[in-house]
Amino acid sequence: MNDTTQKRNTMEIVKANLAKRYAREQRFRAYGIAAISLGMMFLLMLFISIIGNGYGAFMQTYVKLDIEFTADRIDPEGTRTEDALSAGNYGGLVKDSLKRMFPNVKKRTPKKQLYGLASSGAAYQLRKMVMDNPDLIGTTQSIWVTADDDVDMLVKGHIDRTLPEADRRMNDSQISWIERLEKEGRIEKRFNITFFTAGDSREPELAGIWGAAVGSIYTLLVTLALSFPIGVATAVYLEEFAPCNKWTDIIEVNINNLAAVPSIVFGLLGLAVFINFFGLPRSAPVVGGLVLTLMTLPTIIIASRAALKSVPPSIREAALGVGASKMQTITHHVLPLAMPGMLTGTIIGMAQALGETAPLLMIGMVAFIVDIPGGAFDPSTVLPVQIYLWADSPERAFVEKTSAAIMVLLGFLIMMNAIAVILRKRFERRW
Amino acid sequence: MDNVATAEHTDFEENTIAHTSDMGHSTATVSRDVRKTVGDIEAENPRMICRGVNVHYGDKHAIKDVSVDLGKNEVLAMIGPSGCGKSTFLRCLNRMNDTIDDCHVTGSISIDEQDIYDKSMDVVPLRAQVGMVFQKPNPFPKSIYDNIAYGPRIHGLVEDKEELDHLVEGSLRKAGLWAEVSDRLAQPGTGLSGGQQQRLCIARTIAVSPEVILMDEPCSALDPIATAKVEELIDELRENYTIAIVTHSMQQAARVSQRTAYFHLGDLIEVGSTEQIFNMPRHQLTEDYITGRFG
Repeated sequence: MNDTTQKRNTMEIVKANLAKRYAREQRFRAYGIAAISLGMMFLLMLFISIIGNGYGAFMQTYVKLDIEFTADRIDPEGTRTEDALSAGNYGGLVKDSLKRMFPNVKKRTPKKQLYGLASSGAAYQLRKMVMDNPDLIGTTQSIWVTADDDVDMLVKGHIDRTLPEADRRMNDSQISWIERLEKEGRIEKRFNITFFTAGDSREPELAGIWGAAVGSIYTLLVTLALSFPIGVATAVYLEEFAPCNKWTDIIEVNINNLAAVPSIVFGLLGLAVFINFFGLPRSAPVVGGLVLTLMTLPTIIIASRAALKSVPPSIREAALGVGASKMQTITHHVLPLAMPGMLTGTIIGMAQALGETAPLLMIGMVAFIVDIPGGAFDPSTVLPVQIYLWADSPERAFVEKTSAAIMVLLGFLIMMNAIAVILRKRFERRW
Repeated sequence: MDNVATAEHTDFEENTIAHTSDMGHSTATVSRDVRKTVGDIEAENPRMICRGVNVHYGDKHAIKDVSVDLGKNEVLAMIGPSGCGKSTFLRCLNRMNDTIDDCHVTGSISIDEQDIYDKSMDVVPLRAQVGMVFQKPNPFPKSIYDNIAYGPRIHGLVEDKEELDHLVEGSLRKAGLWAEVSDRLAQPGTGLSGGQQQRLCIARTIAVSPEVILMDEPCSALDPIATAKVEELIDELRENYTIAIVTHSMQQAARVSQRTAYFHLGDLIEVGSTEQIFNMPRHQLTEDYITGRFG
């Protein structure tokens, strides 16, 4: 009797508490969902802001000009040699064309403004055409040339035409010319190939991301080639061979500390050691790669050690038990099983290196470089530094270039992380 | 934790000794010195001879002056309560303890009159000569074929693919696994059932043609049917190999072994023919253990 009442009491107490327990669980879930929502919101804001700002950079305004390829301008002596052709006054052709279209513009300043409608890159475009096909000389062609960045901005609506004349970058006559060109169908927005094929430029309409992308690729190749083997070798030694003593403890603490050292310090180290002491070239991907190797190593070592630790001891015992030497046990069994973890760590380290800016500023990769680097010893810049440079530029057109460059960088990062996931899934083995 | 446990056990041990002497047990040659092994440590036809083996893990004295022989074509079962050192002792026999940093082994263990702890001894051929099967089936995450072929390959035991195929088949046949897996040699060994995996591990050990096979509780992770198969296999293997098996199951020891050694807290208490140990144990501790009074 007494027993049953007590039992009922217990049940009642449990039931009374039950609601509270479930409520607690619900609350905990709600916190989690709130946290994730907040994170997603910020991410969404980032994407909206970047894509909203940057999508315009993938289109570029072009102007159709009727270019008369006069021999006077291109090759007055008529030799038709390559040197002569490349020395021709192609800018003059552009000016002639614009002059013909707007014969009323007479004064010096308006003339200059008129000629500024076409990008200075138009002259290079014409030169290339003539060099490829000298038969063009003497003919008249309708050619789409890149418009100046101010024209581009106006066409894309980033310059408010309703503002008072003094407050905008383009005056009324410039706008009227553009409006006339638009009416004649001589202005068009096209996919901006230049952005993906050119190096940096002072002219926003000629600036491209390719130089920085190539610089990033060379830098990352150097980083990967150095940090993966060094990191894996270190991890294998520390995990499999090193005795447990004071020295290995000190090394371990140092590796963990190294992971937390501000990256600018690595940049200073690179400047002092690789450039000043070893005399490696400034602004070169090879130095960038070396510096980023120092930065990436702790990540790779820590990830690789964790991967090695997670290989079950039974596999080692099995290999040792059939008479494999320690080296064979490691290379035949432990490393293949640890490889997915090591690769994941490496790719995460690489992604980190790809986004690293500060140390590269110290070693001169912040220089203004127009040429596409041809190798790891050529001066170059990298994607994040390019973003930094463009963000710092005063021209309105660089705002959208900056966002577009960020999109390209994010694209690379997403790609690398996707590879990490695929590798992990692909090589993951169960035992 | 460990220290407390040891202290308790020591009390217990003393009590037992006091208890036995009080009782004045007449059948057992009870000695006050528990370290002295009761029974015949020598085998008729010894394959491995262990004398005065001591193992220390750092400060812990895990194996205390153990001497025993492993006889040819004979299964030696090692039994005893958890933590008595039977597995430690087994792992001394092919120097698997080398992988543990602070493990220190003294005394002599010899095979073919060669001390395996001698400086000139290379562990790689030793482990080919003295194979090991572990508690948990641990096939490599490779194909069944590669699991067997791994040992012969690294030791260069075979000349060509054909010979290797023969060896793999032979090993699987000896392990009684051929019929079950002959049509799926390319599939991963980890996909087999637990019992099949353990027999695969035995086949892998046999493939390098060892002389001695050490088994560390080979059936503890298996169901009764798989256990029966493995036990049957052990019995067959005895014809060609010397076997030492550590087991928690006294029935298993009784079924598969010819000689049994009883370990207690690092001491080898008693060795003798399995029949004698299970029917007429001479030491009180042995009797207590096999009759299930502790352990």
